[in-house]
Amino acid sequence: MKNLKTIIKPAFLLLVLPMIAGCSDKIAVLNPQGPVARSQYHLIIWSLIMMSLVLAIVLILFVYVLARFGRKNSKGFDPNDTGNRKLEIIWMIVPVVICVLLAVPTVKTLFALSHPPKATAAPAQTAGKTLTIDVTSVQWKWLFRYPGQKIETVNYVVIPAGTPVKFRLHAYDAMNAFWVPELGGQQYTMTDMPMNLWLQADKPGNYSGRSSNYSGRGFAHMTFTVMSRSADYFDSWVKDVKANKPALTHVKYMQLLEPNVLDKPQTLTFSSYPEIVAKDLNKAQMDALMAGKPIETDSMHGMDMKNDGKGGHHND
Amino acid sequence: MIDSIKSFMGWFFVTGDPMIYGADASIALVSIGIVAVLTYFKKWKWLWEEWLTTVDHKRIGIMYIIAALLMLFRGGIDALMMRAQLTLPNMHFLDAEHYNQVFTTHGTIMIIFVAMPFIFGLMNIAVPLQIGARDVAYPFLNALSFWFFFVGAMLFNLSFVIGGSPDAGWSSYAPYAGAELNPGVGQNYYLIGVQISGIGSLATGINFLVTILKMRAPGMTLFKMPMFTWSVLITSVIVVFAFPAFTVALALMTIDRLFGAHFFTIAAGGSPMLWANLFWFWGHPEVYIVLLPVFGIFSEVIATFAHKTLFGYAVMVWSMIAISVLSFITWLHHFFTMGNTAPVNAFFSISTMLIAIPTGVKIFNWLFTLNKGRIQFTTPMLWALAFIPNFTIGGVTGVMLAMAPADYQYHNSYFLVAHFHSTLIAGTVFGIFCGLHYWWPKMFGYLLDERKGKWSFWIFMISFNVCFMPMYFLGLMGMTRRMYTYPAGLGWTPINVVMTIGAVGMGVGFALMAWNIIWSAFYGKKDTTGDPWGGRTLEWVTASPAPEYNFAHIPEVSTRDAFTAMKEEKEKGLAKSSKPYEPIHMPNNTGIPVIMASFMFVAGFGFVFEWYWMGIPGLIGVIACMIARSFVYNDHHYISIDEIKRTEAATGRLS
Repeated sequence: MKNLKTIIKPAFLLLVLPMIAGCSDKIAVLNPQGPVARSQYHLIIWSLIMMSLVLAIVLILFVYVLARFGRKNSKGFDPNDTGNRKLEIIWMIVPVVICVLLAVPTVKTLFALSHPPKATAAPAQTAGKTLTIDVTSVQWKWLFRYPGQKIETVNYVVIPAGTPVKFRLHAYDAMNAFWVPELGGQQYTMTDMPMNLWLQADKPGNYSGRSSNYSGRGFAHMTFTVMSRSADYFDSWVKDVKANKPALTHVKYMQLLEPNVLDKPQTLTFSSYPEIVAKDLNKAQMDALMAGKPIETDSMHGMDMKNDGKGGHHND
Repeated sequence: MIDSIKSFMGWFFVTGDPMIYGADASIALVSIGIVAVLTYFKKWKWLWEEWLTTVDHKRIGIMYIIAALLMLFRGGIDALMMRAQLTLPNMHFLDAEHYNQVFTTHGTIMIIFVAMPFIFGLMNIAVPLQIGARDVAYPFLNALSFWFFFVGAMLFNLSFVIGGSPDAGWSSYAPYAGAELNPGVGQNYYLIGVQISGIGSLATGINFLVTILKMRAPGMTLFKMPMFTWSVLITSVIVVFAFPAFTVALALMTIDRLFGAHFFTIAAGGSPMLWANLFWFWGHPEVYIVLLPVFGIFSEVIATFAHKTLFGYAVMVWSMIAISVLSFITWLHHFFTMGNTAPVNAFFSISTMLIAIPTGVKIFNWLFTLNKGRIQFTTPMLWALAFIPNFTIGGVTGVMLAMAPADYQYHNSYFLVAHFHSTLIAGTVFGIFCGLHYWWPKMFGYLLDERKGKWSFWIFMISFNVCFMPMYFLGLMGMTRRMYTYPAGLGWTPINVVMTIGAVGMGVGFALMAWNIIWSAFYGKKDTTGDPWGGRTLEWVTASPAPEYNFAHIPEVSTRDAFTAMKEEKEKGLAKSSKPYEPIHMPNNTGIPVIMASFMFVAGFGFVFEWYWMGIPGLIGVIACMIARSFVYNDHHYISIDEIKRTEAATGRLS
């Protein structure tokens, strides 16, 4: 793929930039800010080039036949031209070749994305080599839990730049999808199967994320910000949170699980959380707990879905 | 007492929005108007005898198309409402609740109550004529299919004013669509309305499968069939295999919601992911159910107006067969982002890309049918020609979406929305408009006006591109589908404004087409020959509109493009001497389908509201109709030779 990249960039500039000149930084998917988004970006550009080629061939042929045979009294009318084995074999083989050219990098990227990206920054003191953050979608907000740091944020998340972050995705109620286009593609959040999504930001910056799977009335407001900061800043931020922010109480947690959109301030920060938060209960389990019934922990018997995302393709 | 009635009415009828009251008033006025007109002109008997009880495939086809056009109007209004709401950031034209209902009904109506019935309508009109048959294999079942579709659609639409519309999206993903997160009757309307109409669809699939296999004219072997008939045969097979999955999925979710089961719930071991699998196991083949028949229509129209036989006939057929097989092994690409392992996603990425191969082959065969042709730019031909580049754009973006890692970035964004509108509008909608203009003279005996037709084509086609091309970029900018509003400052506003302009343009194009239909009903050019376009297939042999019995003599077929061959023989003076007429065996009209479907409507309405005192008697009524039908022994009649002679003479065809 390395030598491809040297072709890809100029070809892409020629093809697409005229259309989007002046606002490419607004096109989040085409403005990758981390290794995951970048590998997907390369795949997108590669497919765009191949597909532009296909489209160009079809359009040229289309215009040619219409211009040539669409006029009155045009010459060359041949009603006996009803098939041509050779030609038909050619346009069967060409798409096969194109599919192979697209399938190979697709499969490669697919398997590569199952592993954490390479860290580019010196590891932060608290974060270690990688950082794990538990994400829970609740109608209609995002809860972020730092199991290593024991802090919790709502509707925003701070990560150290250059460090691979493992987002463990859960849903409390409806299915949502966790998407930060500038950092990488999305994954669903579900009640019965936690999944891992690796993302990493190259440099400090704010990247907007949102839910991309419809979940009801407040869905359009289910946005969050990923704040990428230097490793040192991240450490001092964690310390600051631990020292100065309130604890998440049980009562406050239950309020957060209610279906609503947060009023201003739309983000919240907590220095600690009660034990129940770490259990990642879904709505049915929480309702059972509140009613004093036993909680079913394995909702998919025998399918081993609660294996911390080993079934998910973003596992490590 | 009065209070309790008041509170019931407030819950039963949707209240609180001027648009809803407007809809209430217009539904009431239109209903009163229809009843008044029918009574004043003493048309009740005519309506009952000629239409409601008919088993004639041509009339059933016309009823399908009328219903589909009405539904297209409703789905289009939904689309315009969504575009109005999204034109500018932070608009308050619709609130979240209404917007969610509108996109749900838009999607469901366009797929289930527009695309499918419109195609079924064209199938009904053209297929028996194309294969030289006098009706479909099961005319009673055919009427039943139509009426089940019709009451399903009406039940679904009723949700707008009574009880509240569904709001879980046309794909209705669990667990959001379950009773716990989505109480109320809206989702019940979706499940039961779509279920009832689905029974009709399944029966239509079986009906056309048998019709095409068993009722072809003598000499018409499978590989001499017109391409549209081929596409319908393959589609029927897909319907028969795909629809049961959906029937089961809908039934399971209905049981979840009505009786508290746990198939798709969060609690008690339910699996929300199972819904996604079952839904798309039907949903992906469904895409081809609404695409393959229009591939057939384009094949007919392009061959007719290029004045050539279709290029690469056998390859065209095998491509469709390949597509139909592949359509069953790609469903997972609708949820690459649901945590499948890399090998699973890799398999479905590749299987999806493979569909591009037979589809690409078909595109080139169409281009080479045009090559060396004598191309005539009629309105149906314009729709068929516009399909090629526009659909190719939808096709290549489909390949891009097939690449799973890239799909993580496109999924559920406007890139995806743009893609499936590129295929479904440039494919299915262009196709049904193409077929509508092409077969209109066969349905009614006069042509739609060409000048108005071309205007509506150009306005609709250009507006379609204005509306949907920018949408790809909006998706890459991060706007997701089903958002009822968005904040300013993201750079999304200019694109949204352009898209709304395009959507309005499409509305204008459609309105012009409606005007063309009304105008042509009064002033349209009569088709006295039965062959206004220089057709190549058997539907053009008979008069326009075709007589009840279709063909006085069943035609004999020796080649593809059977009618072209007949015309050539006639020119050479080889026309066969005429045979004497024989009495023609035809099925009797029957009121049972419409009565049975009415009981189904009552049952469906009862189950929507969980009023079992109403639902169960409704179902008993359905069963009673089945029993009544099984005791009807006198279900056919013969058309006498005299009557055939009279009919043929009236169209100047007495030989």
